[in-house]
Amino acid sequence: MDSKEKKPLEKVCLICAKGSLEDVYASLVMANGAVMEGIETNVFFTFFGLDGITKKTMNHLHTATTGNPAMRMPGGLPFPTALGGLPGVEAAVSGMMRKQMEALDMPPVDEFLEMITAGGGRVFACKLAVDMFKLEKKDLWDDVEDIITIGEFYEMCDGDRTQIIFT
Amino acid sequence: MSEKTIAGKQIKVTEDGYLEDMSQWDEDIAKEIAKDLNIELSDKHFEVLKYLREKTAAGEALSIRKVGKSGVVDIKELYKLFPKGPLKFSSKIAGIPKPSSCV
Repeated sequence: MDSKEKKPLEKVCLICAKGSLEDVYASLVMANGAVMEGIETNVFFTFFGLDGITKKTMNHLHTATTGNPAMRMPGGLPFPTALGGLPGVEAAVSGMMRKQMEALDMPPVDEFLEMITAGGGRVFACKLAVDMFKLEKKDLWDDVEDIITIGEFYEMCDGDRTQIIFT
Repeated sequence: MSEKTIAGKQIKVTEDGYLEDMSQWDEDIAKEIAKDLNIELSDKHFEVLKYLREKTAAGEALSIRKVGKSGVVDIKELYKLFPKGPLKFSSKIAGIPKPSSCV
């Protein structure tokens, strides 16, 4: 007999390893979505992903305007790579993107993280990456719970209804 | 779509248990749906429900961020009032459609 019993997710552990606007937001949207569904949520920021929880950079993330074949001009024409390389273009495009996201009720990174922790989600920084970029706890967003090793993160990923998602 | 008896009334609900017609809602229905979700409704809950119903009646799409900025309740409090389903459970109890926003 087929068992139709649903086995809902109980825990989601996200690893954010890239620091572009879209990569960090992918992690944040998934983390916030999980918290809102009542799923236990841990987010681990590592390598360039650390930009998403570093005070100085977190609200000024960029999207790449070169080497990004999906980048379009407003209106849909392809975005010339040569244009993307001009000074200031990446910042302007990224600013525009942030504005459009705001219009869809997507908050700035710090506010998004606050929403996640308000619902009980936990945010961690990778020790190896923090050491590599010569950062300290005080450089990171205040509610980063701890700087931990990947081994310690895996210990938090126990349970048979747990998923690890890497972005 | 199916019919369900909630608080002694025949109510049209979706497969997920959301009310089909928000005008069929009343406080007794809210209390009974909340009981199924193990939530006991307080005055604060009803304040949130009222806000959600007003915004929905005005045709506004709801997001957790908007509710958090409403002045009625902040996000932390919303999670406390409706554990594990701040927007989903509150919408269900408020008799409005299932939230369609990702944030």
